[in-house]
Order: sequence, then C-alpha cells, then structure tokens
Amino acid sequence: MTLMLEELQHIARIEKERQEGFQHRIRVCVAAGCLSCQSGVLKEALEKEVSRRGMENWVDVKGVGCLGLCTAGPLVAIEPEGTLYQGVKVSDTGPIIEALGGSPVVDLQCSTDLAFFSKQHKIVLENCGKIDPERIEDYIAERGYEALYNALRGMTPKEVIDEISKGGLRGRGGAGYPTGLKWTTVSKAVSDTKYVICNADEGDPGAFMDRSVLESDPHRVLEGMAIAAYAVGANHGFIYVRAEYPLAVKRLRTAIAHAERMGVLGNNIFNTRFQFDIKVRLGAGAFVCGEETALISSIEGRLGKPRPRPPYPAESGLWGFPTLINNVETFANIAPIIRNGGAWFAGIGTEKSKGTKVFALAGRVNHTGLIEVPMGTILREIVFDIGGGIPGAGKFKAVQTGGPSGGCIPEQYLDMPVDYESLAEVGSIMGSGGMIVMDQSSCMVDVARFFMEFCMSESCGKCVPCRVGTTQLYNLLNNITRGSAVPADLATIEELCDLVKNTALCGLGQTAPNPVLSTLHYFKDEYLAHIEDKYCPANTCKMKTATFHCDRAQDG
Amino acid sequence: MIQASGEATQSTEKFAQMAQDRRWRMVNRTIRLNGNQPDALIETLHAVQDSFGFLDLEAMEYVAHQLRVPLSRVYAVATFYHYFALKPPGEHTCVVCLGTACYIGGSSAILESIHEHAGIHPGETTEDGKVSLLIARCLGSCGLAPAAVFDGEVAGKLNPAAVVEKIRRWTSHDSDA
Repeated sequence: MTLMLEELQHIARIEKERQEGFQHRIRVCVAAGCLSCQSGVLKEALEKEVSRRGMENWVDVKGVGCLGLCTAGPLVAIEPEGTLYQGVKVSDTGPIIEALGGSPVVDLQCSTDLAFFSKQHKIVLENCGKIDPERIEDYIAERGYEALYNALRGMTPKEVIDEISKGGLRGRGGAGYPTGLKWTTVSKAVSDTKYVICNADEGDPGAFMDRSVLESDPHRVLEGMAIAAYAVGANHGFIYVRAEYPLAVKRLRTAIAHAERMGVLGNNIFNTRFQFDIKVRLGAGAFVCGEETALISSIEGRLGKPRPRPPYPAESGLWGFPTLINNVETFANIAPIIRNGGAWFAGIGTEKSKGTKVFALAGRVNHTGLIEVPMGTILREIVFDIGGGIPGAGKFKAVQTGGPSGGCIPEQYLDMPVDYESLAEVGSIMGSGGMIVMDQSSCMVDVARFFMEFCMSESCGKCVPCRVGTTQLYNLLNNITRGSAVPADLATIEELCDLVKNTALCGLGQTAPNPVLSTLHYFKDEYLAHIEDKYCPANTCKMKTATFHCDRAQDG
Repeated sequence: MIQASGEATQSTEKFAQMAQDRRWRMVNRTIRLNGNQPDALIETLHAVQDSFGFLDLEAMEYVAHQLRVPLSRVYAVATFYHYFALKPPGEHTCVVCLGTACYIGGSSAILESIHEHAGIHPGETTEDGKVSLLIARCLGSCGLAPAAVFDGEVAGKLNPAAVVEKIRRWTSHDSDA
C-alpha cells in the first residue's frame, strides 16, 4: 500500500490527539551531551516514578533530542507549562512529578527567558527537543514528510530546484556553494544512475551540529535527501556518518527502517513513479573523508584519498556516476524551504547569506551548547548574550571558527555580522559551525600548533605540499612554543603557509595554514614574546628557559 | 586467482572452519547484507572489530578471501583509518577527547597525569593489560569539555585527579569499577 496525503494527515492527527491526551508531558533530553550526564537513567527513573504513582494515563515521559543548553544537562522540559529544569538528578524525580500542575521546583528551574533561548531562530532545530527521534509518527505530527509529498505530487523537479535557488540556500558544510546551482548541475548530467550522498563525516574538532541534528531529528535529513533525489533524478542515497557517533548511527538506522515501513522511502513513494533508498555507510576516523572526493572513495571501500577536481562529483562521482553531495544541515533546511517557499527563506539572513546557521558554541563561555541564529547575527551577541559571556574573571581573547580550516577572530571584530563573506574577510571561514571561545588563558601560538598537529596527522599523504608542508610548519610552531625558535622562523612560516595554501591538492591542505596565518596576523605580539623573550603570555607553553619568566616579571 | 593449488585448498579449509565461529558468523552477516560486494570492505572491518576488538592478520586474510580483494588493500584500509586497531585492547579503555574545546579545557593535562600515574602514552596499554589509553579527535561533547570515554561511557567536565582516580580503580582490584 502506498501512503497518501490523507493517511499522512491521519497519522499526524492520531499522534497529536495521543499527545494532547496527556495533561503533562515530560521531555527528557537524550542527545549525546545529556546522555553522558546520565539522562538515560533519569528518563527510566521518571517513567518508574510515574507508573508507581499510577499516573501513566495523564503524564507522558518521552526522550527527545537536544534541548540546546548542553552545559546545564541533564535537561528536562515540562509541557504544556513550559518549565525547564537543569542539572536534574534521579533523586529529583519525586519533587518534579509532585510539582506538575503546581508551582515548579525552584532549585532546579532554568529560566527560559535567557537570551540563550530568546535570541535564537530555529529552522533546522525546530523539532530538536520537541519530538522523539525514534518515532516517525512524532515527526509526521510536526508536518513531517508533507514537503516531500508536495514536491512529488505538485512540483516538477525543476520547480523544486527553482524554489531552493530562490531561497538562496548555500552549502552548510563550510564552503557555502549555492545549493540550487549544485542541484542544477547534477540534474543536467545525463545518466540513468545518479546518487545522493549526505556528508555526515563531521570531523572538525569542536563541532557537533550534525551529530545533534542526526540524533534529534533524523527524519528531517531523510526527507531532505529524498526531495533532493527527486529534484536531481537520483534513486539511491548514502549517508556517510562517523563511526564515532554510535547513537546517531543507531537513530539513523531506526529512522530509515521506519520510513521504509511507512512507505516514504522505497518504491512508488506517495503513489508516484519515484523510488529512493538510503544506506548508511560508516566512516572510520579519517578527517580527510569530509572532502567530497575522499568521501566517495571511502564509500567505495577504498582509502579515503582525494583526487583532483574537475571532474566534480556532480559529473563523475560515486562509481563514476553523477553524484550530489550535501552536508547534513543543508539537507535539514530543504523540507522547510519547500513547505514555506523560497521567498520565506530568502527573507531571513543577509543579502548574500540566507537563512540561519547552527553553531556549536563551546570553550570559555558560560552557556555552551547548540544554537541556531539568523545569518548576519553580530558576533558579540552570540558570545555575550546567547553565550552569556566569559566565566569567572576571564577576559575575551578570540573566537575560533571553522576548526582546523578556519581562523581566530580577535576582539576588534566582535561587532562583525556572522556570514560567509564577513568571516572570510577577517581570515576565517564559516566552516561547518564550530565556534570556540577563548580567553586569556589560551595561548594563540599553542592553538595554531594544536591545529597544525591535527592537519599533520590527518593529512592523507597523497600530495607533497600537504604531507611535508604541514609537518614542517608543525616543527616550526613547536619550536616557538618550546622557546627554541629564531626570529627568521616567522618569515619561513609565512612563506611555507603561502606555498601549502596554493599548491595542496584538496581543501585539507589548502586551508591548513589558516589558523597559523590568522593568529600570526592578529596576535603577532604573542609569537614575538615566545621567540624574542622566551615568554608565553598565557603561561601555557613550557618554555626552555623557565627562569627568564621570573626575571621578566621582576623587571616589569 | 593464481595461487599454488595446494595452498589455496588449505586456506579455504581454514576459512571454512573459521566461518563456524559465532563471531565470524556476525561478520558474514554484514558481508551478506552488503551483497558480498568488495566496496563493503570498511563495513566488514567494522564488523570484525565489533566482534573481536581489533584486526589481526588472520582476520584481514579472512576478509580479503570473503570479499575477493587483495590482502594488500585490506591492510591498506585497516592502517589508513584511525578507527581500526591492529593490537588487542586492554581490559578497560580510556579515550581522552582532544577536540578544540577539550584541548583549551585542559585535556593535555589529563593525558600528562595519566602518563605519570599509569606510564602509558596514547595508543599504549599498561603492561598488565588492564588499561588502554586512546585519544579521540572530537567526541562532539564539547559542551562538557574536557570529556573522555571510559569503557564506552562518556564522562564530561573532568579534571586530571578524577581521571587518574578512575584509572587507579581499574588497575588495582577492579571489583567496584
């Protein structure tokens, strides 16, 4: 039996009625962050407590995806009251249940008026923390798969692509290539077989957006992929996901099985001739596999080594067939654009960067967690309002975006809007969305060394500039942090950076010098302090002549 | 396949015998689910590691035989990807996250104190085979930095003393660990 719109709406209605049948709904965050604070045990304890009191018929306990404020986990939200509890322990289950319908437990309450919540604009994360990621009915109740139905039954592939182009969506993997343009290229490629790949190889250290989306709302990604497949004329899809994310893998597999059973994946979807299946492929811990040609090679079961482009995957990708590769967050944006129209999406954000962006805010800020803001939001608002500023007596020093391919943005650019162009102007990149805030306790030379060490060990070794260049750069930076560098080294570093940037084969090598270049540009004094005075201003590096530090302190 | 016929029969027999093992049956299931295709090499190696904890030469030979790919390619893939271990892990494993947030949160101090206490560097196992120390590029638990995984369970907001205490309990009599 093929599913039709009436059935879809019927499922949604039944699910809504089921949920509204409960007087209180307790949502426990069971995304990775809270799970590592034992929220799984907490959920069981709440369920037990509810059944012990015989309240199963009017209190629903459900596990939901990321509620955002990871730092205050485990988080528990009570609906319809709208109360949010933080740092909940198993021993708190009794008081929480007793407080249902009355005044909330004050000690545990987390204010939902915080700028952390009020300044966000949720599109990609709209269902995160709301639905049970392991139940397809819950997704359908939030108008899930309606966009796929509308696309398949009411739009031609070209109209779908036009809508995406009109929305101005750009790839969320980091480079910001216009999604509509990419889809057009794949759709124009002539071939009986085409593939759609979802890049969920989120390898950037300090980034966990894709993980949260996959763990909290996997169906949204499947729906986006199916719409993309219809638009470009593909029948098979792959999700390449990190093996280090076992929970995301499990939930994806569950979601795919449910979607197949429901008939929103498989043959004759919504009684059309369109068929589409999705397979999960596991990564195996190679950062370079986030590069599209390396990723394709890895799906084919080979070494994850990139190859020169062109030909681009849009012409010759997986097994030589035209292939569309987009990032998790890009696919997660598709269903809302089809549902609300490209014009709606284009109304959010800046002139050249449309929509919202999910960031993983971490490091030295009070409120770490997952946030989604409109493109063009001022950096200061993100760090100080949403992030709640620097903890303790710390002073803001820099914010790092784009992981090992990005750069460090210093204080003077705090009033800059966050979009693709502005970030590029100050020597960083949007990247996939990791945003690490640093205070005076972080040594910028050490940070540059840290990223270079990362690139050095993740270089696949295929091209010389990257393999040798990153190692040489690492050695030079290492010398600086040890206090054994000479002033001439800085010129060598700059020269090497330029060489690696311009001659490396793939994005990994081409962007590897970015953290060095940006720290060298904005924090040259720190480099000089290390080299000339053998002194680490942040007191992080263990310099060769430790005594010098004391002498200097006395002098000063 | 060109091979001395006697040797080929011998290894085929050996692989047939191995296939009876319950753990290899799990691996065979993965191979079958992927249609016996050589492109499922990485998936298959994941299955082997899930069953046995690591990949040894015999396992790689078995996979090469089942998927009909050269052993050299199996070895190349197994050594290229960081996730695959070629040595058996210790009784307990501790994976310290070295993502950016954890790094600036002090994960290198954690590694140092583990080295001081247990004498192991990342990638090594204590002499008694009790504890293996590994590093992860990023666990994605940046909100809880610095984080580590102890025998599959993620723990966040750590400090060197807490980690050392955990490992000390593993290395002494680990009845309560």
